[in-house]
Amino acid sequence: MSSLDAVPEEVHKFSAEVGTSDPVTVVGGRTQWNVGGAPDGSAREVVAPSGIWSHEPEEMTVRCGAGTPLGELSEQLAQHGQMVPFDMPSNATVGGVLSVGRSGIRRLRYGHIRDLVLQIRHIDCNGEIVTSGGPTVKNVSGYDLCRLMVGSLGKLGCLAEITLRCLPMPETTRWLTGVTDPFEVYARLYRPSSILWNGKQVWVCLEGVSSDVEAEAALLDLTEVEGPPPIPSDGRSSVEPKALKNLSADDANWIAEIGVGIIHSDKPSGAQQISKTNESLMREIERRLDPRGRLNPGRQVVSL
Amino acid sequence: MQVQALAKKVMSKSQVRCSLGSSKDNHSRSGLDDAKGFATPPSYDTFVIVQISPHVNLLDDLRSVLGDRARDGDFELGLYGKDGSVLQGQASIVCLPVDTEEVRQIVEICRHHDRPFLARGSGTGLAGGAVPVGDPVIIATAKMNQIIEVDLDNRIAWVEPGVLNLDLTKELTPRGFHFAPDPSSQQVCSIGGNVANNSGGPHCLAYGVTSAHVAAIEVVLPDGSVTVLGDLSAEPPGYDLRGLFVGSEGTMGVATKVAVRLTPNPPAVRTLLLDFPDVRDGAATVSAIIAAGLIPAALEMMDKRAIEIVEAFVNAGYPTEADAVLLVELDGLPGGVEHGVEVVRSVAERHQVGNIRVAADNEERELLWKGRKNAFGAVARIKPDYYLHDTVVPRGKLVEVLDKVYKIADAYDLIAVNVFHAGDGNLHPILAYDSDEKGVLERVHAAGRAIITASIEAGGVLSGEHGIGLEKRDYMGMLFSAHDMATQDMVREAFDPQGFANPLKVLPSGSRCSDSFGQHVPDGAWV
Repeated sequence: MSSLDAVPEEVHKFSAEVGTSDPVTVVGGRTQWNVGGAPDGSAREVVAPSGIWSHEPEEMTVRCGAGTPLGELSEQLAQHGQMVPFDMPSNATVGGVLSVGRSGIRRLRYGHIRDLVLQIRHIDCNGEIVTSGGPTVKNVSGYDLCRLMVGSLGKLGCLAEITLRCLPMPETTRWLTGVTDPFEVYARLYRPSSILWNGKQVWVCLEGVSSDVEAEAALLDLTEVEGPPPIPSDGRSSVEPKALKNLSADDANWIAEIGVGIIHSDKPSGAQQISKTNESLMREIERRLDPRGRLNPGRQVVSL
Repeated sequence: MQVQALAKKVMSKSQVRCSLGSSKDNHSRSGLDDAKGFATPPSYDTFVIVQISPHVNLLDDLRSVLGDRARDGDFELGLYGKDGSVLQGQASIVCLPVDTEEVRQIVEICRHHDRPFLARGSGTGLAGGAVPVGDPVIIATAKMNQIIEVDLDNRIAWVEPGVLNLDLTKELTPRGFHFAPDPSSQQVCSIGGNVANNSGGPHCLAYGVTSAHVAAIEVVLPDGSVTVLGDLSAEPPGYDLRGLFVGSEGTMGVATKVAVRLTPNPPAVRTLLLDFPDVRDGAATVSAIIAAGLIPAALEMMDKRAIEIVEAFVNAGYPTEADAVLLVELDGLPGGVEHGVEVVRSVAERHQVGNIRVAADNEERELLWKGRKNAFGAVARIKPDYYLHDTVVPRGKLVEVLDKVYKIADAYDLIAVNVFHAGDGNLHPILAYDSDEKGVLERVHAAGRAIITASIEAGGVLSGEHGIGLEKRDYMGMLFSAHDMATQDMVREAFDPQGFANPLKVLPSGSRCSDSFGQHVPDGAWV
């Protein structure tokens, strides 16, 4: 069996739904709907197929419709002690999370969510199905369109089917908090799952076998808590990890991901600059993959 | 079916263009059955330029920038006409720039003379990605070998593309870090080459391949502009051009600086060697370890023949009476590592394991790894040449595909040796042969095709980590439709509409039918 044989009926149906001519916008769980701006009101809403089409626990891969809610995915994987560490609301969809391309708060340990993607089928601007990547846990399959699609806000194609690499669930997960220097915490621990800091207080997530979590926790003078603090969601900015050292505790409500470089805040943040050369490469890609601009019109990946 | 030897294949420029139209039909997936009864993909053509373009003015222009580092002597041309694959191309000019500005000027001069270019590192690639076809100017990055900055606060290092993989890790180790991708060629392969091929290695099972370890890349684009793809921030704005560039095999521009991510050295490491009386039990153990929720740092397998030749070569104490061995490495915090050792032990005991040897110290660990990392060189003990394949199959299909590999090798009268990354189903069958034997290359290539076909039929893919290059370019149609490949090519075109950068690689020429590539191959390049 090769990739070509295996296109599910649901993907063909979605391809017909996307069609060939009018502007369309793909709707997931609307949990990050405003990222990149609202789509044009004229765009017809389409919904990607939902459902887990295969989960092979021994291969640690799962293939599902892009419209599958994370809750459904997590439930299926948890039955086999596995997970996909997206850390997003359970009504968010797999395709939605990947289209937006923002990793969850355990990125420090698990890496960017794009590195979990093995294969993507998308519907292009002409309503045709395009497969990229491969179904195995490791593959080189020509140009890496999967990585390009992650974070593309549906501007280059409508995600239809996703194959992901799963990870084993850690035996123990523990959150700790206290007032200490987050950068010292980072230097002392071996691959913590998350270190959050609001300028005064630090939260640390440790995962692994119990004895390791105990031993690592013992290195820190922190108190155990239920979980992470509420994460402000209006603003999100991205800096070099070491630039977080320049943040100061002020009146603003923010939480930074130490070692990663994300700052969550309750104030909308400005867009990062893209160089002229990169912008023109990005525009070329958009122009080639969607010359008529019918996919998610109004949204912007390349800010003006 | 007719087998095309990898000899000089004469092909006219117009034939190259004509093949654009027909190759789409060729890539329909109805594999032909060859005389041996194995399904095979369409025959594979290799091009060698037998007449090169006049280049006197071009060489003068390059020398005005590079002096005697623009060369056309026999020594360089011989060296740069090929790479780690068995494919032979031809180089006519080799440039050895020392910095980004020189690379930029080389690319500008190439454009001025309407000549393609090909950047290469150490040339250890096995898929022919660095074999010059279409008479490109070679840009060798060997003299761009400085580690520019180690930035521990950001846990990255900026390096030039010619820095060798192991040299980087040696520099980082005393500071508590390393560069995670560790191809078997890590002593000689370059970071630029790792980026071009999205290279893997044994420890990529747990740590991921090169793309996950590259934050940003300074690139000279095919139009001569210089830019940085990605950046050190957590979420660089816009589309992920960095992710697209990694693994593009030099067809989107030349990497001139790379910001690699640093991985902390694990506090604890355990290395185990398990032997099995039957290769099937070894393979079943691999699946069962992963299914038990354990992802070792590395999980490597060697078959009987590999054990024999490696043991004779390095005397690591590998059990030569075993049918297969697994080399398992666990790393991380001590508790997790000891837990992992117990899981491996109990799973293996359910699968008829013979002995379980746990390396007592670092010296023993290095000895066990020495066997694995020298396996390819050790093949020389049985035959002077070898062809190393690279496919991936679902872990559950390892036994089935291994069986087919042995049968295919028998049918073509070749010796197959298997040393591979079992943990991620990444097979590396080695076909050992003697190139002096008449007609042997035809058999090697036919067997290779049959192995690729068997892997894909088992739900696998063309390549795990070696890339597509020239070797597997014409097999892309076994996994992708013409439309899939055309879409990939549209994205490549955004970087290089005229096909200046490493021409004729990755995608079969059919996918480039609509573009203007052919117009930029100078007259006389194809004879």
